Amino acid sequence: MARAVTPKQKAINTGLAWTIGLLIFFPILWTILTSFKTEAEAIASPPVFLNFSWTLENYAIVQERSDYLRFLWNSVIIAGGSTILGVIIAVPAAWSMAFVPSRRTKDILLWMLSTKMLPAVGVLYPIYLIFIQLGLLDSRIGLVVILMLINLPIIVWMLYTYFREIPGEILEAARMDGAGLREEILYVLTPMAVPGIASTVLLSFILAWNEAFWTLNLTAANAAPLTAFIASYSSPEGLFYAKLSAASTMAIAPILILGWFSQKQLVRGLTFGAVK
Amino acid sequence: MGQITLENVTKSFGDTDVIPPLNLTIEDGEFCVFVGPSGCGKSTLLRLIAGLEDLTSGTIRIDDQDASQVPPAKRGLAMVFQSYALYPHMSVRKNIAFPMRMANIPQDEQNRRIEAAAKALNLTDYLDRRPGQLSGGQRQRVAIGRAIVREPAAFLFDEPLSNLDAALRVGMRLEISELHERLKTTMIYVTHDQVEAMTMADKIVVLRAGHIEQVGSPLELYRQPNNRFVAGFIGSPKMNFVTGAEAEKLGADSIGVRPEHIDIADDGPWRGTVGIAEHLGSDTFLHVHDTGLADTLTVRAKGEVGLRHGDPVTLAPQESQVHRFDAAGARLG
Repeated sequence: MARAVTPKQKAINTGLAWTIGLLIFFPILWTILTSFKTEAEAIASPPVFLNFSWTLENYAIVQERSDYLRFLWNSVIIAGGSTILGVIIAVPAAWSMAFVPSRRTKDILLWMLSTKMLPAVGVLYPIYLIFIQLGLLDSRIGLVVILMLINLPIIVWMLYTYFREIPGEILEAARMDGAGLREEILYVLTPMAVPGIASTVLLSFILAWNEAFWTLNLTAANAAPLTAFIASYSSPEGLFYAKLSAASTMAIAPILILGWFSQKQLVRGLTFGAVK
Repeated sequence: MGQITLENVTKSFGDTDVIPPLNLTIEDGEFCVFVGPSGCGKSTLLRLIAGLEDLTSGTIRIDDQDASQVPPAKRGLAMVFQSYALYPHMSVRKNIAFPMRMANIPQDEQNRRIEAAAKALNLTDYLDRRPGQLSGGQRQRVAIGRAIVREPAAFLFDEPLSNLDAALRVGMRLEISELHERLKTTMIYVTHDQVEAMTMADKIVVLRAGHIEQVGSPLELYRQPNNRFVAGFIGSPKMNFVTGAEAEKLGADSIGVRPEHIDIADDGPWRGTVGIAEHLGSDTFLHVHDTGLADTLTVRAKGEVGLRHGDPVTLAPQESQVHRFDAAGARLG
């Protein structure tokens, strides 16, 4: 039943929603604004909001000092690679959990998720040593693998939730129609789950793009993605807020734009299965 | 060819035995209906034949080949599901083509069979639509089309009409019967609706709690039910059961008379008052109370009968049509 909302209540709700939205967005806004300030204005007290001398100087310096495109390319490879690899592994896993569950399926799902509760720093040392042994330090392939593993529980969980919504009879029909397991997953399950897979891919990509702990600790120069690019500006010579902000803005811009265009898909994906 | 034989087939889910040892042969070309109340194991039995469930023990033979361990895709059977189970992301044409695509049938042959099936099922104008744009009846026809084109050894139907409205159900019932006449392929049809069973089947298998209660033609089951369960399940309205003195007079624990075998006769031995009278035009169903025999006796009278609520009525069962059962419910004589 629809609840009656008075215009006044509606105005209050709208105001509140905008306030919260702006609060959440404020750090990003401030970063973007700071990136257009001079270093002096960036640390001015009291801080200046809009009435500063707008400049692109920081961007020019950042671009001059470091090769943005190389970092960007590494981010794309690492986030894209780990996402593709993760989905390839997670689809069959989620298929088996959703359609041929055993008594332990729920436990396995929870156990997978529990790996996310472990502080990453707890396994840094062993993983670092493994990476040295395997020669994976500062390699893109190493980061692809580690970020895939980190996001895999979430990818499996999300796909599992989507797959559960697909009626099992349709897969049985495919089996009766002569489809083997491979054909069943490729021609029937995956196309039907496209919206779910799309939002999973999106989320995994965003998580991998923003991941900073492993990308910072396991790379030096070759495989460093945009997170390392930002970090390099919180640097030894002292703090340069304006340049740091310019670097941050450049690093988050691609994912922010991607997220903006796909927000509908993302919201639908994240709330899917929550309401039935 | 499509003879299907079940030998000592059992199925258990955990500690629950759904199908106790069961033997059954379905002859090539037969229209066999599994009927029973919900939870009687009829769908499980069908899914065992399809291969969608694993046998706990026993053997399933299809044309004398042991198929017990053969995956569903390789059994050469086609199935029509209650929910239609169409592929929502494919057009009708692609849905129908799917089993042929899986079997690597050449494209020309695929097209030929699709056209033929679409023509037979009145789907020609809908071939490029998605299932979501079709009505329930059309969806079910697509599901049947998808089953026909692979030319299976047998068709399996799992309550295919229960999602359709009443009028459509009667129409589709005829279509499926006609399909069987035309193809002469073995069909196994699961339903809880005894009217579907009676009207479509060559052979009815009545199931209860996984047991076969009786196997026979519709009229055999109607005329000679093996026990009270079958007697009560087959026929509409239900058979009347009478216990007590009236049954003992005939040397039985209980007797059963179908509503159509009770006449309204002034000199009849049974007396009662009319409760509800259902006037269908062609028939009148009288629900008669206060007979001292059973709570209600249902009487089917031909045509229009001028009896109303509260009227007294005398009834005479047709003696040759009285079924006698013992205390365990088994048929006597």
